Amino acid sequence: MMILSGDPPKSRVLTLVLVLIILALAATPFLFPGAKALNVAAKICVFAALVASYDLLLGYTGSVSFAHTMFYGIGSYAIAIALYGMGPNWAAVATGIVVGLPLAALLALAIGLFSLRVAAIFFAMITLAVASAFQVLASQLSWLTGGEDGRSFQLPELLRPGTVLISRNLFGFEINGRILTFYLVFAISALMILALLRVVNSPFGRVLQAIRENRFRAEALGFRTVFHLTYANCLAALVAASAGILNALWLRYAGPDTSLSFSIMLDILLMVVIGGMGTIYGAIIGATIFILAQNYLQSLMGVASKAASEAGLPLLPGLLHPDRWLLWLGLLFIASVYFFPTGVVGRLRNGGRDKSAGASH
Amino acid sequence: MTELAATDPLPKPKRDIAPILLPIALALLVIPLIGSTSSWLTLTAASLAMGMMIFIMASGLTLVFGLMDVLNFGHGAFIAVGAYVATLVLAPFAASVQADSLWVNLAVLAPAALLSMAVSGALGLIVERVLILPVYGQHLKQILMTTGGLIVAEQTLYALWGPQIIPLPLPASLRGSFILGDVAIAKYRVLAMLVGLAVFIAIQLVLNRTKLGLLIRAGVENREMVEALGYRIRRLFLGVFMTGSALAGLGGVMWALYREQVHASMSDDLTVLIFIVVIIGGLGSIGGCFIGAILVAMVANYGGFLVPKLALVSNILLMVAILMWRPRGLYAVTSR
Repeated sequence: MMILSGDPPKSRVLTLVLVLIILALAATPFLFPGAKALNVAAKICVFAALVASYDLLLGYTGSVSFAHTMFYGIGSYAIAIALYGMGPNWAAVATGIVVGLPLAALLALAIGLFSLRVAAIFFAMITLAVASAFQVLASQLSWLTGGEDGRSFQLPELLRPGTVLISRNLFGFEINGRILTFYLVFAISALMILALLRVVNSPFGRVLQAIRENRFRAEALGFRTVFHLTYANCLAALVAASAGILNALWLRYAGPDTSLSFSIMLDILLMVVIGGMGTIYGAIIGATIFILAQNYLQSLMGVASKAASEAGLPLLPGLLHPDRWLLWLGLLFIASVYFFPTGVVGRLRNGGRDKSAGASH
Repeated sequence: MTELAATDPLPKPKRDIAPILLPIALALLVIPLIGSTSSWLTLTAASLAMGMMIFIMASGLTLVFGLMDVLNFGHGAFIAVGAYVATLVLAPFAASVQADSLWVNLAVLAPAALLSMAVSGALGLIVERVLILPVYGQHLKQILMTTGGLIVAEQTLYALWGPQIIPLPLPASLRGSFILGDVAIAKYRVLAMLVGLAVFIAIQLVLNRTKLGLLIRAGVENREMVEALGYRIRRLFLGVFMTGSALAGLGGVMWALYREQVHASMSDDLTVLIFIVVIIGGLGSIGGCFIGAILVAMVANYGGFLVPKLALVSNILLMVAILMWRPRGLYAVTSR
């Protein structure tokens, strides 16, 4: 259990579900043919890591940040601008990483230090304001970011779909650059989640939980809460930026809609709450449920909406329209904050016994 | 300590006038930068009008937080709802809206605004009972619940009205400007200023001259004490919440008329602006909220005129500057 940092899922059902998800993700290129399945799987990997890093903030330190997509976007844009400007080579990838990650960490440090100077209650509002300003900035600086269109770029030779690494006749499957990219995304996301698991189960993670429960008491015990909170902010920002890098590499594109928009922030919030705050494993579950629903449930809603409009029902076609699926997610979100504050993971771990315990106090 | 005789008046609390001087100083400082007096006057009028509208929307949020420690991230929803409801009245009576008579126009506008306020206020009642009541005292859950409420409200508006932008033309008599010499001041801005001032004065009168206001102010300062004296602060809070929601609805109507369009996403942009205003002013302070709104509008207008590129982040810079000076906002009302 070393690899899980002594924090196993602690529930048979949960273990089974997690193993199934991870196996399914790992085998996607072979089990489910087609570009859509692979896209969905890659998105689940990226978001599992992104949501896990958000869980470090929301679930373990108890602070609500609305700037998480900003760090995600910084990672995406850094790699996109580097590859766009320097051409498809590994030096550009390295440049993107070397510029993007420290930038995200520095910004997190600045926000952290500034928010700590003011009342703690302002943190959520300040992050919201900073994130929205950053979003406007990114869409206005079009010479750098491509504005609303974003930046499309080419990947280095090795990662392109056209690059055949192992030809079809050997195993019956073709291993190309696209599949290699997928496994790159999968492996790095998994590593980041394991690293986060290590962080939250370290003494440092325990202090974060102590701060969440009672900041004043943690401070009285001699912990420098300012240092711990800022450090957690920077760590979360680093992982978010890395997830952004992976996302941009996978999509070969970075733009406001895929990496900066406020709706991604809402998606992250939904995933972390549905999966379970303060568990890290919840991120994997939440991301899987959410992205599967986003990709496959929406078409179901379209069918239902059509049926309702053909049956001549008032209002229902509008409410069931695929574009309105956030409405139902919003309702689900409220219901899960209210009834299942510990999310799927908390439920499975406690067997529904202890409803009030969890990350939310 | 000096002895006070029973007949002596109580020592007056020291008035903190530095924040009040801030917008005045800012307005005077930019005169040489802008150069022409007429554009300065136009910009100042625009700032005041915009500031008043923002104040109307933000006042409810700051009181709600001050009184009950509730952070409502869904406040923007009331703004959008107010604007949409106004179109319900203004669209069927388009003929009266376009009639070239101030009284006919106002006869349509006033019921539209009142209906918006009523609907937003009623929605406030539902939101308070359903979303906020179960999570009193838990900031994290409040933020999550009200954010969820914002999503649901926005999506419902889309489902009911469709995703397109609804045009909302200004009434005929409010279009155009008053021309004084070479200074042009849009008529609608004058109306916005008047309404904003009226709301500000009304809130100040209620807060400072009535028993209800006394209870609200006492509640902001020390909730438990007011409860201990036998007042049901929850009910008081519900009233404040509904009033704040109704004011947000009124602000939504005014903002929609100002922009001459209605869209559900207007709540997103305005929410950020309102948060900045409330933070600058100090959570719970009406006076601070008023000054904060004017400051934000001034920075937006002057900044947009002088350094258009800077306008994107000017609000953040303003917030950083003010919080560096006073970490709890211009007027720190609550001890929290």
